[in-house]
Amino acid sequence: MERVTQLDASNLPALARGCAILGTGGGGDPDVGLLMALQAIEEFGPVTVADLDDLPDDGLVMPCGMVGAPTVGIEKLGNGEEGVRLRDRVEALFGNPVVALMSGEIGGSNGILPASWAVRVGLPVVDADGMGRAFPEIPMMTMEIAGIAPNPSVMTDERGNVVTFDAVDGKWTERLERVVSAEFGGKGASAEYMLTVAEARAATVRNTISLAVRIGRVLEEAETEPLDALVAELDAAVLIRGKVVDVERRTTGGFVRGSASIEGLGEDAGRTLVLEIQNENLVALEGAELRAIVPDLISVLDVESAEAITTERLRYGQRVAVIAYPCDPIWRTPGGLQLAGPSAFGYDYPYVPVEELHARA
Amino acid sequence: MRGLDLRLGIDVGGTNTDAVVLDKDGAMLARAKVPTTADVTGGIRHVIDAILAGEAVAKERITHVMLGTTHATNAVLERRKLNRVAVLRIGAPATLGVRPLFGWPADLREAVSGGETIVRGGIEFDGRDLVPFDAEETRRFLASVAGTVDGVAISSVFAPVSDRHELEAAEIAREELGDDVHLSLSHEIGSVGLLERENATVLNGALVGVAREVAGALDGALAAHGIEARTFFAQNDGTLMALEFALRHPVLTIGSGPANSMRGAAYLTGATDALVADVGGTSTDVGVLAHGFPRESSAGVDIGGVRTNFRMPDILSIALGGGTVVAGSDGAVTVGPTSVGYRLTEEALVFGGSTPTITDAAVAGRRAEIGDPAALYAHRAVLERALAHADDLIADAIDRVKLVRGDRPLIVVGGGSVVVPDRLPGVSEVLRAPHADVANAIGAAIAAVSGQVDRIFHPGPSGRDEAVEQACAEAREQAIRAGAQPDAVEIVELDEIPLAYVTNYATRIRAKAAGPLAV
Repeated sequence: MERVTQLDASNLPALARGCAILGTGGGGDPDVGLLMALQAIEEFGPVTVADLDDLPDDGLVMPCGMVGAPTVGIEKLGNGEEGVRLRDRVEALFGNPVVALMSGEIGGSNGILPASWAVRVGLPVVDADGMGRAFPEIPMMTMEIAGIAPNPSVMTDERGNVVTFDAVDGKWTERLERVVSAEFGGKGASAEYMLTVAEARAATVRNTISLAVRIGRVLEEAETEPLDALVAELDAAVLIRGKVVDVERRTTGGFVRGSASIEGLGEDAGRTLVLEIQNENLVALEGAELRAIVPDLISVLDVESAEAITTERLRYGQRVAVIAYPCDPIWRTPGGLQLAGPSAFGYDYPYVPVEELHARA
Repeated sequence: MRGLDLRLGIDVGGTNTDAVVLDKDGAMLARAKVPTTADVTGGIRHVIDAILAGEAVAKERITHVMLGTTHATNAVLERRKLNRVAVLRIGAPATLGVRPLFGWPADLREAVSGGETIVRGGIEFDGRDLVPFDAEETRRFLASVAGTVDGVAISSVFAPVSDRHELEAAEIAREELGDDVHLSLSHEIGSVGLLERENATVLNGALVGVAREVAGALDGALAAHGIEARTFFAQNDGTLMALEFALRHPVLTIGSGPANSMRGAAYLTGATDALVADVGGTSTDVGVLAHGFPRESSAGVDIGGVRTNFRMPDILSIALGGGTVVAGSDGAVTVGPTSVGYRLTEEALVFGGSTPTITDAAVAGRRAEIGDPAALYAHRAVLERALAHADDLIADAIDRVKLVRGDRPLIVVGGGSVVVPDRLPGVSEVLRAPHADVANAIGAAIAAVSGQVDRIFHPGPSGRDEAVEQACAEAREQAIRAGAQPDAVEIVELDEIPLAYVTNYATRIRAKAAGPLAV
């Protein structure tokens, strides 16, 4: 696989498109992150993307991103200095220089924001992340499965407030950061699960920046039918092509929950797919039949351009395709399923891998 | 208020001004087409003259006048006649990561921006101040642009939750710049999404002069003819808004042209599922008709290279029209983006002018018999290459908007229709209906009237349905007040964005209702 070693104006748009698709409906709008990154590189030059194999074993990696409501993210944009403030506090806490930033989650805005911060900090981002997709809760990270401590974690806002957390575990980190995020006005920048390069090599999903850029490139370069090209690239199952006929959203406990119904068109006429959403698209059902389920990835795409449509942009009448594809294998381990499988989101459905639900002939 | 009798639909394009008169049942009683004039009024007067001269229409019976215009769109595309706008964002220390107008095409920014700044302030999603509004810095900035700008575009973080910082800033703007300065406030223009709303708000400010010019022209022409009718402007979703409203929100007229022409094309051909190319004098809009209505964009749309959050017909606009200027020699031929526009009949070679245009190329390619083909002889080679290039541009646009594999019919409308060849890749047949050249005016005349509600509701824990119902009822009422037929009003758009956490559930509901004009 071709590795991305630098992010600049030539491949940041592709990264943003890839992050949007890997966001599986959540993770916030990467367009905002893209604009922040483009403005940052205009001022500070390109972002270096480092492979974990090329960094010193004991160097400190700082996973980071935004926590909070996506709706807030497209309205109250960041001020750009978040990464600097996080890095300064993390170095003070750990007594060790940070050698690279890392996206906590590659999906959505958080796949690109750390890159926009990294140039201001003067550090590379690593070609890896803590999810390989987007998830709604901080501890839903591969580092948690690997036994890396989430604490101490750090949060900051646009006003310059910095808060340090020493929570007993990932769940408490989540609870406390959510409270502070609400006080900050619905979102904040945070860093947790700090780890060494050596640890990161085994505790992260590798090469996800390169993957996201490649997904974006597939969309850019497809001469016709970008959807088909993308499906081939991801080895995805197409669950339905149709029209959004109902969207219901509500905000509970800080998460956007809801559902969307997609009525089939063309070859899929007569079928209806229902998506269950909690920030991300988590379950796809056809009647009582399971078609795909978390932690596998379910993405809603514009049927024509194959661009991702985030849950907050889902609207009646849109022509969409819903695709599903496998998550990183670490999520299918007992530890992974316990953390981010169907039951973690309150669903009674068993986890069935997407490729089994759609066994190819 | 008089009930609906005859409606006069007028479309002011960059090249031609068209008009049709329809009766209550939608039958066309008269049509006319005249060249658009530099002052706009002239063209509207002439076209009404032509309509009334036909004697099929008694002017006393005209009760409603609907105007569609691509003036705003063209002004942005061509960066012409735009007002200079001071751009004030209220949001620091948040939002500094993306400055105002970042990513705008440099020439558009240069034409529009009278300075940009971000001052401290803005609203949180739950209604608190992000930080206190910095009135002093606002005043300093506005004083610094006094005398150099026509208007101010003011956008605050979470203005859709509370408009108070925008209103404070507007008050300061009036104090510093006087009552004549036009103020565009983002909470009146767009929905959630700061950058897109801010962009639309800036464009709105830039288009005020264009809207005033067109509205004044219409009023003047109607007064000159003694026509007393209710006046409407067509807006981006293909529905109508009252003229007074359009003057304050000119950006909403952007996209009305495509919506009108596509609805008109469906009306004229009876085709409900097809591609539509509307070839004007300056640009061509290609869209998709599904079930008789334009397919709408799923994300925000780009206007002249600027991202906004309007929902509009999903149209691809290319700078190619009948008046598009052809330049260059055998080696390198360029097509557009400049156009001679309404001066086509003076400047094109076939009309004795000296500017080679795409219309000349179409005549040279024997697609039309217009003017004097002999005038083209010296330019033959260049025109031939230009026409081939134009065909490629159209084919590429068609390919990009197509939703499905396989060939589809293409309806060609608009004054520049002759530019489009009878055979194109990806097209099963080219449909050219009679009166297709006035499809825009027909679309404006048959358009529905709409009403819209867009605000934050605070329903109880189980009150979501009630809140939605209330929003829908208010939108319906507005549409009826604006002249829609009560029993035919439908909710055409409903959008809900929850904003707060469970303890203080708040949700933003946007409902749009539309219905035909009351008989």
